Amino acid sequence: MAINQDTVLRVAHLARLQVTDQDCAELSTRLSDILAMVDELQQADVSDAAPMAHPLDVQQPQREDKITETDIRDLVMPLAPAAENGCYLVPRVIE
Amino acid sequence: MQWETVIGLEVHVQLNTVTKIFSGSSTAFGAEPNSQANLIDLGMPGTLPVVNKEAINKAIQFGLAINADINQHSAFERKNYFYPDLPKGYQTTQLERPIVGAGAVEIELADGSKKSIRIHHAHLEEDAGKSLHEDFHGMSGIDLNRAGTPLIEIVSEPDMRNAEEAVAFARKLHSLVTSIGICDGEMSQGSMRFDVNVSVRLAGEEKLGTRTETKNLNSFKFMEKAIALEVERQIDVLESGGTIDQETRLYNGDTHTARAMRSKEDANDYRYFPCPDLLPVMVTDEEIELLRNALPELPVARKERFVSQYALSAYDADILSGDLHLSNYFEGVAAVSGDAKLSANWVMGELASYLNRDDISIRQSPVSADQLGQMITRLKDGTISSKIAKQVFEACWNGEGDPDQVIEAKGLKQMSDSGELEKLVEQVLADNAAQVEAFRAADEGKQKKMFGFFVGQLMKLTQGKANPQQLNALLLKKLND
Amino acid sequence: MSLHDKTLKQLRDGLQQGEFSSRELTQHFLSRIASHDSALNAFITVTAEQALAQADAADKARAENSAGVLGGIPIAHKDIFCTQGVRTSCASKMLDNFISPYDATVVTRLKQAGVVTLGKTNMDEFAMGSSNETSFYGPVKNPWDTQRVPGGSSGGSAAAVAARLAPAATGTDTGGSIRQPAALCGITGLKPTYGIVSRWGMIAFASSLDQAGPMARTAEDCALLLQSMVGPDEKDSTCLNRKVDDYLSGLNKDIAGLTIGLPEEFFPKDLDGRIAESTQAAVRELEKQGAKVVSISLPSVKLSVPAYYVIAPAEASSNLSRFDGVRFGYRCKDPVDLMDLYKRSRSEGFGEEVKRRILVGTYALSHGYYDAYYLKAQKVRRLIRDDFARAFEKVDVIAGPTSPELAFNLGAKKDDPVTMYMADVFTIAVNLAGLPALSMPAGFIEGLPVGVQLIGNYFREDQLLNVAHRYQQATDWHQQSPVFGGDK
Repeated sequence: MAINQDTVLRVAHLARLQVTDQDCAELSTRLSDILAMVDELQQADVSDAAPMAHPLDVQQPQREDKITETDIRDLVMPLAPAAENGCYLVPRVIE
Repeated sequence: MQWETVIGLEVHVQLNTVTKIFSGSSTAFGAEPNSQANLIDLGMPGTLPVVNKEAINKAIQFGLAINADINQHSAFERKNYFYPDLPKGYQTTQLERPIVGAGAVEIELADGSKKSIRIHHAHLEEDAGKSLHEDFHGMSGIDLNRAGTPLIEIVSEPDMRNAEEAVAFARKLHSLVTSIGICDGEMSQGSMRFDVNVSVRLAGEEKLGTRTETKNLNSFKFMEKAIALEVERQIDVLESGGTIDQETRLYNGDTHTARAMRSKEDANDYRYFPCPDLLPVMVTDEEIELLRNALPELPVARKERFVSQYALSAYDADILSGDLHLSNYFEGVAAVSGDAKLSANWVMGELASYLNRDDISIRQSPVSADQLGQMITRLKDGTISSKIAKQVFEACWNGEGDPDQVIEAKGLKQMSDSGELEKLVEQVLADNAAQVEAFRAADEGKQKKMFGFFVGQLMKLTQGKANPQQLNALLLKKLND
Repeated sequence: MSLHDKTLKQLRDGLQQGEFSSRELTQHFLSRIASHDSALNAFITVTAEQALAQADAADKARAENSAGVLGGIPIAHKDIFCTQGVRTSCASKMLDNFISPYDATVVTRLKQAGVVTLGKTNMDEFAMGSSNETSFYGPVKNPWDTQRVPGGSSGGSAAAVAARLAPAATGTDTGGSIRQPAALCGITGLKPTYGIVSRWGMIAFASSLDQAGPMARTAEDCALLLQSMVGPDEKDSTCLNRKVDDYLSGLNKDIAGLTIGLPEEFFPKDLDGRIAESTQAAVRELEKQGAKVVSISLPSVKLSVPAYYVIAPAEASSNLSRFDGVRFGYRCKDPVDLMDLYKRSRSEGFGEEVKRRILVGTYALSHGYYDAYYLKAQKVRRLIRDDFARAFEKVDVIAGPTSPELAFNLGAKKDDPVTMYMADVFTIAVNLAGLPALSMPAGFIEGLPVGVQLIGNYFREDQLLNVAHRYQQATDWHQQSPVFGGDK
């Protein structure tokens, strides 16, 4: 399946990536190449196969409801590009 | 034109676990910003989630409380979208295999009629953080303490037809989740939040109208008002020939206005897929039975018990059984006072009106169940009159001490010493000789009316402390002497 | 024999016997990195000071008889593992300034075993690549020919071990990222069964495929390192709660009677005949030691590349959403609004291949395509696993070439992602099935190493290491060392 430039832009927006007009044409070609390869999947007969999300048939372990974590704000806050008064700073969020 | 309203609810209930759904951080409310956001909650590179057993158990207990199917194989999925309060860029939630399947909840309306509201399913998910807009000079501050708090999202079918039903349903859920102890029910702290799907259609029409979703309502009052506002808006739009856009709306309780959300403008495509960091959650029959047996008394059972054990009216029992904290409070008062009926009257009367006035929950009541029970005991043993009791209650409410201390300190004990009372009666009769003459000359009907005058005088004199029965008897005797 | 020519095992014995100290050893490797790495670019970060401090601590522990099993041995970590207080970049501009606030479980475990960390090795950005050319820090060069790629994504680890800049290194393998560079650089690398090594602190590419493993010169060294990496971890839900196997005691077991399966799909008509021959020669050596060889078929394996290039990008597109310029990592200058912050931070912070894969993954999960791509790929994944399950009813080990080609020239496939993806055609199926597999040196063609891949049944790392060890007792391919820029 070919990916046209509109699709590239739509998907890029979903993924929060900026795509210039210049990149868009090339990406459309590259992604179409990749999808053409991936489309080999369509020939597979999977009528009897259940989807497999994990390599092994195991179930989720569950932890006890006990506090194991301490306040690490002073350790991790300096990693933030912008922070103030203990909060991470972003351009104003408009709901 | 006759319009019919159709309402469905999505209710987010914060589970009252000690730690988050996927990390060992505290979920306590009100901590310093980001002091309860650990590596996992922050979405640090390389971190992974591990499920909190209690969150699973509490979700199952909810399912059992509404007689829903419990999915013994449930799974977590990722809902992908970007938002600053969503640290990983996806919310871990459930879609294809929610832990709680279909169930139903019965609501009771003001006219006494009952209605069953179907629950489509309830699923587990993680809460997001908070965006703060004040004090960041035009920017927003992100606090991730709430990120990762376990939620169940309860999704109803569109079975409600007006705001009253929607509120009754919401209250019922509040009652249920607090009764079974899976949520603290503190609406002001966001422990329960409602998304309301509203559409209207012409009466008789089968097809549903286009619906809007009003998000994040955190009180019953706002929910009722927001629904009314939205119904009115939709009818206005339709009657003036317009169409309803399927959109997400925000309601502002302060201004009683609503508007479409801007951030959701671009059509969302959440790209759900099974979370590869989490495995299928399996629950055995035995585990479900253990949880069923551990389930506390449900409100319906409690109501029946209140009627049979305390001889309360169905109406009183319904109110008192609806909220676990209220039920516990009432039973505490009744146990101390030994008079359930009187306890019920005080809890639903004076106490409720004070709670309402100060807009606080039963758990924040400054008068404890013990104190109210003691006060009722004093009322019953004749130490105080019911009129004085209201004064005592107010003093207790204001933190002036236990009922006995208040009665003592303010000298509110009833005058039960007949000698002292007798002197006062004689004094009143002497001071009002003309009225006494008139009373004695009057017929029985008139006398009844005139009797009140003397009682009033005496109550004034004793500042209400006279024992009413004693006073009546004495007064009658002296007047007829 | 100079220190850097010794195997991990020999270094361990030397330390135990007091032939040299950890400080001497660590200093030796640090000097080699200082003088040789400019020709290879195998390291992103060298932690000389910390390494020497760790070496001194290891020497002290040794003196006090409390040294760990790998006490004082210097190794390198792929820069995908979080290392507390040390930059952990994943070879991305996005994390160029990221000083990890915590250690990955693999790092912790190896620290507990007493290893000294020389530094963090170069890799393809976020482990996405088969040539190590997508690194923000520039490509790694193959020590056998510095005009050529080392393979990827663990190319820095492979080159460092091959060039004797470190006796061993950690790697991660999502579609061949340990085995393919091991093959192209002439070393031994093992991808363990999914779930026996914790992924906590290993920056995720495709969570259901990623697995950490050892890279060293010999199978025995891989066994030594693996022994200290595995084990249950409460921090990783997908890490199995099972007792740790012993990878060392059975290394030298007789392999007579073992059945080796050769899948016809691993020897396609267009395979480089010299690579096919090197593989067959290695199999003949095992036959000589008593192994039986049978031909098998894994029909669904031909769909492993397409299935992988749906599943891996889909998971990656979601895993990489956390890099948004808010809490850590790169943030664009002066964002005008929130959308601008997201789009520019991510577009400027990620490289081209990473962005391509995010787009492919986003597309595969998006509305209307999920069933045709993602769900279908998941079903094909099961077919592939079932193929292997049937094969392992008949055979103990499956063998074939690791890579369809030798180390290629830098830049040769840079603009052609699909051709690049075919570099992992023999390795990817193993990740989809979650099986263990290793690559071991099996000869040279035109002076470039060739690797043979051995695939085992679930949890049979012991058997793979046993077979490889026996092979390495009879051959010396793994002992060859490259001569590269300024070495002599």
